[in-house]
Amino acid sequence: LAANKAARGNDFQWCFSQVKGAIDEDVAEADIISTVEFNYSGELLATGDKGGRVVIFQHEQESKNRPQLRGEYNVYSTFQSHEPEFDYLKSLEIEEKINKIRWLPQQNSAHFLLSTNDKTIKLWKISERDKRAEGYNLKDEEGRLRDPFRISSLRVPVLMPMDLMVEASPRRIFANAHTYHINSISVNSDHETYLSADDLRINLWHLEITDRSFNIVDIKPANMEELTEVITAAECHPHQCNVFVYSSSKGTIRLCDMRAAALCDRHSKFFEEPEDPSSRSFFSEIISSISDVKFSHSGRYMMTRDYLSVKVWDLNMENRPVETYQVHEYLRSKLCSLYENDCIFDKFECCWNGSDSAIMTGSYNNFFRMFDRNTRRDITLEASRESSKPRATLKPRKVSTGGKRKKDEISVDSLDFNKKILHTAWHPKENVIAVAATNNLYIFQDKIN
Amino acid sequence: ARHSITLSTSKMAGADGDDSLYPIAVLIDELRNEDVQLRLNSIKKLSTIALALGVERTRTELLPFLTDTIYDEDEVLLALAEQLGNFTMLVGGPEYVHCLLPPLESLATVEETVVRDKAVESLRKISQEHSPVDLEVHFEPLVKRLASGDWFTSRTSACGLFSVCYPRVSSTVKAEIRQHFRTLCSDDTPMVRRAAASKLGEFAKVLELDYVKSDIISLFTALASDEQDSVRLLAVEACVSIATLLPQEDLETLVMPTLRQAAEDKSWRVRYMVADKFSELQKAVGPEITKNDLVPAFQNLLKDCEAEVRAAAANKVKEFCENLPEDSREQIIMTHILPCVKELVSDTNQHVKSALASVIMGLSTILGKDNTVEHLLPLFLAQLKDECPEVRLNIISNLDCVNEVIGIRQLSQSLLPAIVELAEDAKWRVRLAIIEYMPLLAGQLGVEFFDEKLNTLCMAWLIDHVYAIREAATCNLMKLVEKFGAEWAQNTIVPKVLGMANDPNYLHRMTTLFCINALSEACGQDITTKQMLPVVLKMSNDQVANVRFNVAKSLQKIGPVLDSNALQSEVKPVLEKLATDTDMDVKYFAQEAISGKLVFPPPAAETSLYVRFYRSGKPDDHAVFLSSSTVLSLIAFVVHADVLL
Repeated sequence: LAANKAARGNDFQWCFSQVKGAIDEDVAEADIISTVEFNYSGELLATGDKGGRVVIFQHEQESKNRPQLRGEYNVYSTFQSHEPEFDYLKSLEIEEKINKIRWLPQQNSAHFLLSTNDKTIKLWKISERDKRAEGYNLKDEEGRLRDPFRISSLRVPVLMPMDLMVEASPRRIFANAHTYHINSISVNSDHETYLSADDLRINLWHLEITDRSFNIVDIKPANMEELTEVITAAECHPHQCNVFVYSSSKGTIRLCDMRAAALCDRHSKFFEEPEDPSSRSFFSEIISSISDVKFSHSGRYMMTRDYLSVKVWDLNMENRPVETYQVHEYLRSKLCSLYENDCIFDKFECCWNGSDSAIMTGSYNNFFRMFDRNTRRDITLEASRESSKPRATLKPRKVSTGGKRKKDEISVDSLDFNKKILHTAWHPKENVIAVAATNNLYIFQDKIN
Repeated sequence: ARHSITLSTSKMAGADGDDSLYPIAVLIDELRNEDVQLRLNSIKKLSTIALALGVERTRTELLPFLTDTIYDEDEVLLALAEQLGNFTMLVGGPEYVHCLLPPLESLATVEETVVRDKAVESLRKISQEHSPVDLEVHFEPLVKRLASGDWFTSRTSACGLFSVCYPRVSSTVKAEIRQHFRTLCSDDTPMVRRAAASKLGEFAKVLELDYVKSDIISLFTALASDEQDSVRLLAVEACVSIATLLPQEDLETLVMPTLRQAAEDKSWRVRYMVADKFSELQKAVGPEITKNDLVPAFQNLLKDCEAEVRAAAANKVKEFCENLPEDSREQIIMTHILPCVKELVSDTNQHVKSALASVIMGLSTILGKDNTVEHLLPLFLAQLKDECPEVRLNIISNLDCVNEVIGIRQLSQSLLPAIVELAEDAKWRVRLAIIEYMPLLAGQLGVEFFDEKLNTLCMAWLIDHVYAIREAATCNLMKLVEKFGAEWAQNTIVPKVLGMANDPNYLHRMTTLFCINALSEACGQDITTKQMLPVVLKMSNDQVANVRFNVAKSLQKIGPVLDSNALQSEVKPVLEKLATDTDMDVKYFAQEAISGKLVFPPPAAETSLYVRFYRSGKPDDHAVFLSSSTVLSLIAFVVHADVLL
């Protein structure tokens, strides 16, 4: 009964809606989804993959015949955002993998997004065209050339309706500003600037200027041997245009105020939870590294994800998080083998729901976790083909933590560490979530009873 | 009426066909060619298309088509937006100018700022061609539509249109326009508030003074305390125009509280803006407020915690001091500004120091000789020793100001080490910068000082390992010769330059040639023929082909300066020999020099020649007697001008 209640999460049940991507067992590397992001209205959902492609899904209007079925997300536009490149000066291959996608607030009927790989950020415009010009002077309707000597009158082309065509065009390319790998991009609430962060530096760009950016944070030590920490993620505050945060591999978060100085090397707030000396181990520093930081929509809180937990911080309290949620505490005893297979370095992301009342983040074995901040209830769900019947309710999963394994429980040892859910996104207004499981994108929504 | 248009790409039709239609047909079809260059080309000739179509078809067919072409590339849209601003006559004159509004309206909503701005510019332009009635019937509704558009792109465009229609509409419509502007000033998106803030000053200018006081001031105050830094800083700009509009007695209550607040804003970008606009603000608020308010504010900006702000303020030091009221200028500078300036000289940030160095010399003219010697000179000397080369360069580049007041001698002892150090800086761009100031320094320091101290430097640059430096050094020598004369050149630099012709490094030998190219004209025929030419000719036997073909190029270059005997008897054989060189480049340049580019006149037996000019084969009326050296320079001229001799 308790499990059943937990499964209901926010007093509703999650059910399967759609799955995108091939069913084949052998997955092409290029098809692995590397980022998922809803736009501000939730009408569009973008994914990026390791092959440098961006796929945008559009929410279809609800059908009147089947009101219980809310509209589905269908492919709206697909384009190649980045190509593999080679840096001849450094003899380095630059992967085409899309690290992050960020939508811009909508400014006219077209949609704009930023996509980035390790080095280059691009601004894309996705627009619709539903008219075509017709009528030539030098050609007739069938395309045959007319005799140029017999043109007796001029024809002005006329625009005729045509089938809707969606075009994606690159508008700006922001290149050559990052020596290290870009891990984050974030659009500022002033709608004219955005920041991009790599391992050691954060740059501030104007969306219309590509040949210049301002370096606002630089933690590169003069001597690289003294390097002890790297920047792992950065994000702008959703409302205060002067505030941004960045997280580090040491598990700390720095909040900077761009009003104070042009260079933000000195932070104005420093969020850090004192380490519990009793649990100190060889892996302490690795697992405390923050893989993602996200402001709540309200701007009051921020959430950080480290290897084993998600923490919610109140921006007004720097010495400890206000909430801590264990994502997969049962892995603590497995850290040694997770270190050996490199899983310990996986970068899990996390996200808020539209009202900031719940949070979601991924785990292994295609499990993902949700935490209700009001009721403190948590739930483990699985993105799998087996429960992918239309409107099938998702059954909660449970991992046995020592002792006797109960029925329906999965033992830690049988978890598949190759199936990891790193990227998830929550619709900004509704209970619709997108979960990337390797090359498949699952969309779940709440069940309307 | 038929208009004939010629297109280079088009075939002209026979006499019986309509020979003007084909090129137009091509242009129209190319409006949607796949090649963006062709589309752009067609759009740029839109007036030609419109002319051919006539006003009626332009209005009913061409403009509706253009209204929907907003899918195109930015550069095409930009060109279109610009064209439409000059289209009034092509649609039938002012009576029909409103037909241009739909395409410009759709261009004013695209996401690309440059296109939108151009569309707004064109709309502003054609608004003047609307009759007052049309303005209210057609133009003003468009402004309203844009102002209440769903997307912020259209609302930002509206901000730029209020001021052009406001003066020409009825008072009811005026009230509506004011209301729209107010709404946009508190728009949800910062983009629109920024657009409104940046047009606030312009809008204030066309408003009646009462409304400026009631409406504009409250909007100004609100924008100046906006939550977004980027909006607040634009309010500073508006402050200048608003302050200019208001009578002096209202400034204190209406503008100054906001300005004071901006000067102490939490965000350095806003304070930067205040510093950057300081001279304008100073002029707008007048001498009294300047004395009471702006002087302390300026002191604070000079001491700001953010280097960007200090640098912006430092840049304004001279202008601010110049514009201080004359009666108290010296006192204010000496007691309030100079102490801050002194601190800035040893600022921790090099941008601040270099900003200050670029204006500080200007203070000497304002303060006069005694103050300069006592107070400024120590600062100049300190800056000449600054660790940052840019600071030193900025001081050196502004020496002329101080020269006028106290003479450069006072500085010369400190100047020299500074120059020497810059001349040997590890960064070649720094060396390049100081070379460029050499002619100026030479002029101010005089020939004696130059020969004694700086000449060696100038010669050392000729063998710098960076080509850009060697090139600049060559050019520098030419300017020095222009300044000090041919005789000076013959005694001081020519021997050294020619000496390098025997250098084991071929790059240095080539530098000799480059120097000769640059100097021959300034040195004149005598030096060139007697001293330089033999060296050049000798170098035609150089073992390095690069040197040999540069000999050919040099001979071509100095040919006009040489006397004709030398050309005929010495240059010509050498070039002919080079023309048979084994190296193909040497051959090429030798032939270039011989063929056409350099004319060998017949040996001049007489000391004067009777020269007749022919233009286009017709004998000219003027005939003149010229000396043989003039003839030679004329030959050069004639060759260039492609006129027969």
